[in-house]
Amino acid sequence: MAKIEVKNLIKIYGTNTDKALEMVRQGADNIEIRKKTKQVVGVRNASFSVEQGESFVIMGLSGSGKSTLIRCINRLIKPSAGEILIDGEDISKMPSKQLEDIRRRKMAMVFQRFALLPHRTIVDNVAYGLEIQGISRDKRYEQAMRTIELVGLKGWEESYPSNLSGGMQQRVGIARALATDPDILLMDEPFSALDPLIRQEMQDELLEIQQKLQKTIIFITHDLDEALKVGDRIALMKDAQIVQMGQPEDILLSPATEYVARFVENVNRSKALTASAVMVKPRSVVHPKDGPLTALYQMEKYGISSLFVTDRSGHLTGYIRAEDASDIAEQGIKQLDSIIQTDIPVTHPDEYLSNLLEVMAHTKVPVAVVDENNILKGILVRGSVIAGLAGERREFHE
Amino acid sequence: MNSLMTLIPRIPLAQWTDNAIEYLQEEWGPATKAFSHVMEALIKGLQDFLISVPPEVIIIFVALLAWWVAGKKIAVFSIIGLLFIINIELWAVSMQTLAMVIAAVGLCMLIGVPLGILSAKNEVVHRIVTPILDFMQTLPAFVYLLPAIPFFGLGVVPAVITTLIFAMPPVIRLTSLGIKQVPDELVELGRSFGSTFFQMLFKIELPLARSTILAGINQCIMLALSMVVVAAMIGAKGLGGVVWTAIQTLNMGMGFEAGIAIVIMAIILDRITQNVGKSK
Repeated sequence: MAKIEVKNLIKIYGTNTDKALEMVRQGADNIEIRKKTKQVVGVRNASFSVEQGESFVIMGLSGSGKSTLIRCINRLIKPSAGEILIDGEDISKMPSKQLEDIRRRKMAMVFQRFALLPHRTIVDNVAYGLEIQGISRDKRYEQAMRTIELVGLKGWEESYPSNLSGGMQQRVGIARALATDPDILLMDEPFSALDPLIRQEMQDELLEIQQKLQKTIIFITHDLDEALKVGDRIALMKDAQIVQMGQPEDILLSPATEYVARFVENVNRSKALTASAVMVKPRSVVHPKDGPLTALYQMEKYGISSLFVTDRSGHLTGYIRAEDASDIAEQGIKQLDSIIQTDIPVTHPDEYLSNLLEVMAHTKVPVAVVDENNILKGILVRGSVIAGLAGERREFHE
Repeated sequence: MNSLMTLIPRIPLAQWTDNAIEYLQEEWGPATKAFSHVMEALIKGLQDFLISVPPEVIIIFVALLAWWVAGKKIAVFSIIGLLFIINIELWAVSMQTLAMVIAAVGLCMLIGVPLGILSAKNEVVHRIVTPILDFMQTLPAFVYLLPAIPFFGLGVVPAVITTLIFAMPPVIRLTSLGIKQVPDELVELGRSFGSTFFQMLFKIELPLARSTILAGINQCIMLALSMVVVAAMIGAKGLGGVVWTAIQTLNMGMGFEAGIAIVIMAIILDRITQNVGKSK
């Protein structure tokens, strides 16, 4: 069962929503609905599900409905229609006592402008969620201190929020959200108010924390680079609607609409694309038992000057160069073992291109992409990497 | 235009008001009189207590309080000011006035703060309360001073009630304002973590509205002090009584002395309450 499941969620702002709701269902556009009914469409027909431990990013420009959508999930905003299932329970129709309980135990929110209480010390801010659950002072301080340490703010617990920098304040916000040990973190543009450098640092730390804790995260942002970095999956919103949803690479490589295409145009792809997205299948490989003449034949056939060598089950052993192969062919040696070079650049399928560009620049042979069992999955050649960075869908390799 | 106006007979608003007061007095008179007796006992008790405490004790107490919340200068001023009041032989009447101010302001807070909270939280309450507050603040005090007599008799109780009407609006208005000014994100914070209504109120809204509410209470004290002179007209005694006697006997010197005593009390109370709002 999905952790969060949103089905046909519609939010209309206004006092008389019936007519507008009907029009949304019939597919009328937002401007027409506003003209005819004076109601504003906040979210239209959003459906998605998020699995336990997944980071789901909702991204869009301001006014696209992303803030409304995230607030529907903990019902800070009451949806006009549709269902929101948290562990199978529909939160949109829940009585308020039960809703309060779910907010206390299952989810916590991180806010764009941090939302720290200025009259409370850091530890009391972090312990807020525990305090309203009626947990004793000693116990909640103990728990709060644990998350304060987790976000690296040990020693600041007695300070007041105004003494902290923006980045530190948001660490407090994250510590507060983690203190109640919720399953779900709702993060509403948590890093948008921070300087670019601090922002990146915080993103890295979030990923680190997420690796440890495996929360289910809904993350709102208007920054595509951030979305690509943080999200396991991304939903792109425009005009109150989700226009595309998928893994970062899907969105980069096959934008569903003109709008998405324009959005992803300027992104730093090297930070979003992984080796597996742009690697190509090696045109040919040889096995150690193959003779040099076979190898030379293959190289000639494909017009390349080196070949990867694998064993029969696909484990990479190295590569050979054309000139070495012709040398041993002249000497009459039948086995390739003596000329196999093992100093090849290798990488993992999940490595980001940004970390590979330097290797690509200097290597004379393609970079081998191998999985954890050293099985050759593909190779990176300059052409395919450049095409990927330029945003072309790879189509050529056999 | 003129002929049109003659078509509409004069509206007997004065007559209606008289009738309404008469009716209310018949229906509610006994109840308000009984209430008045209880209140009178309480206020008189407070007055007697303040007068019976040795002045030195009160002066030391006020000076320490002033020092603690407002600093050394205000503490020194309090000592000199209060000694001056003793010197001009107005201590007892000053304490009578102080007791009335304390009673009125206490009641204003008791009624005004909850009403302000309600009016911030509930649009209907807000719409009902706002015009009533406008009415209370602009209706000349003399107009409701006299009708208070048939309900509460002469003396301190109608004085405190009319002071209440005059001094309560800022408490309600500023409490409401303070709560409405709590940033949306902090309200969302409270809700998103599952706070109940009262947890929101006591852990988030009231602490954040604190300085605004205290500014309202400060205003309330100042208005209450200025009202006690007027309230002397219906037998409230105190410093206002002295002023009132002075006016009737054209004794300008006596009036000025009592006026100065009021100013001294006003400054001490103002500086202390203002700084309570600022500290921390």
